[in-house]
Amino acid sequence: MNNRFSNSRAEAAAFMERDHSQHPPAFAPGYKSSVLRAPRQSLISFASTLSEKTGPAFGHNMLGEYDNDLIINYARPGEEAIGQRIVVHGRVIDQNAKPVPNVLVEFWQANAGGRYRHKREGYRAPLDPNFGGFGRTITDEDGYYWFRTIKPGPYPWPNGVNDWRPAHIHFSLFGTGFAQRLISQMYFEGDPLIKICPIVNTISDPDAIDRLVARLDMNNTIPMDLRAYRFDIVLRGRRSTFFENRKEGN
Amino acid sequence: MSKPLDYLKETPSQTAGPYVHIGMTPNEYDIGGVIPEDLGLRVVSEGVKGERITVTGRVIDGGGNPVADCVIEIWQADANGIYNSPMEHRSGVDPNFSGWGRQPAGANGEFSFDTIKPGPVPAGGGLMAPHITFWIVARGINVGLQTRMYFSDEQEANQKDPVLAKARMIARDKTMIGQRDGNVVTFDIYLQGENETVFLDV
Repeated sequence: MNNRFSNSRAEAAAFMERDHSQHPPAFAPGYKSSVLRAPRQSLISFASTLSEKTGPAFGHNMLGEYDNDLIINYARPGEEAIGQRIVVHGRVIDQNAKPVPNVLVEFWQANAGGRYRHKREGYRAPLDPNFGGFGRTITDEDGYYWFRTIKPGPYPWPNGVNDWRPAHIHFSLFGTGFAQRLISQMYFEGDPLIKICPIVNTISDPDAIDRLVARLDMNNTIPMDLRAYRFDIVLRGRRSTFFENRKEGN
Repeated sequence: MSKPLDYLKETPSQTAGPYVHIGMTPNEYDIGGVIPEDLGLRVVSEGVKGERITVTGRVIDGGGNPVADCVIEIWQADANGIYNSPMEHRSGVDPNFSGWGRQPAGANGEFSFDTIKPGPVPAGGGLMAPHITFWIVARGINVGLQTRMYFSDEQEANQKDPVLAKARMIARDKTMIGQRDGNVVTFDIYLQGENETVFLDV
């Protein structure tokens, strides 16, 4: 039973090795929470097996009509969230610059005042009764995604005495294999809090940080309605398999 | 000067933060009405093939404290060792088995998944021992931590497993074995310290 191989499909290719210089280390004491939550032993490395090359898929039919519209998806009928109206859009591609179509993208954020709708959160800035802060979408055939929201506010947090998070939106990404699973944060171009944030600065490479900064996109801005920010996301690429010619590519 | 290869660099990871539940388990955390049901609550559906088990455990930090704000995802093959994935090249996956689950930890860092025992999955010309892949994100975890849980009632298969063999070389394979008692498999995950779980770079 376990060797029920089919003639019709080649086994999916392995993933490129993750470049750890582009990611934060587990132990990054400037971000104090990482101190007790970082493994101190080395990770064990091995080439991806079927357990990593495969991953769950989610159909477009799973989505509700307003799942990618945070301005109204939690709002009372006829009302909207308060704040700077924006659309965030971009493409999910892989390291081979190929689009990653039909994959789930989830996002969450604070409201315009920096307040999260979460029961363990006590920041004095008020909740917006019309803003939940959660959305999701699935990339189209070209790997493209978009959602409408309000720009989140900066947020104070107990790390240093006076640390403030830059405005940010959390992203969760599924690729086509479980080894591509990724959580990250998107920041906004020009925010002076980015360069002094201990969480941003867990990443040592300035170029890597820059790739988390969404650009103001006037070309996609809708006059008299909302501004656009562009944020492209790169997931791990699959390795070439020299002797195979798969139509789905790498 | 040689031209550099044009592979792109992966988007860097950042912590999921303490409010990860807003995005990943919104209904469980009182953000109702946006989506009908949190994703990943059910790994098995009615009629699933295989041995029903509950996989339970706790996530503990380097100070012995429960990691109460983490979210845990699992990914596993069906009872015949086939993945429910478009990237699975073999046919015949159990349609009543998604293979993917997601749960937030409870107040004591505990989690529990109702699932089935997976079949062995082929790798490198042999078979890997039955295993469930775990992925843990939380405040203070900068890159999601991946590990595997193997089964204490599969000693023979575990001896031949290539990943467990790597952990055995550094005397840490026991941290990847879930302890089976009846239909309950207990798997505690230690992020740091004496009993530190083996985490994987795959």
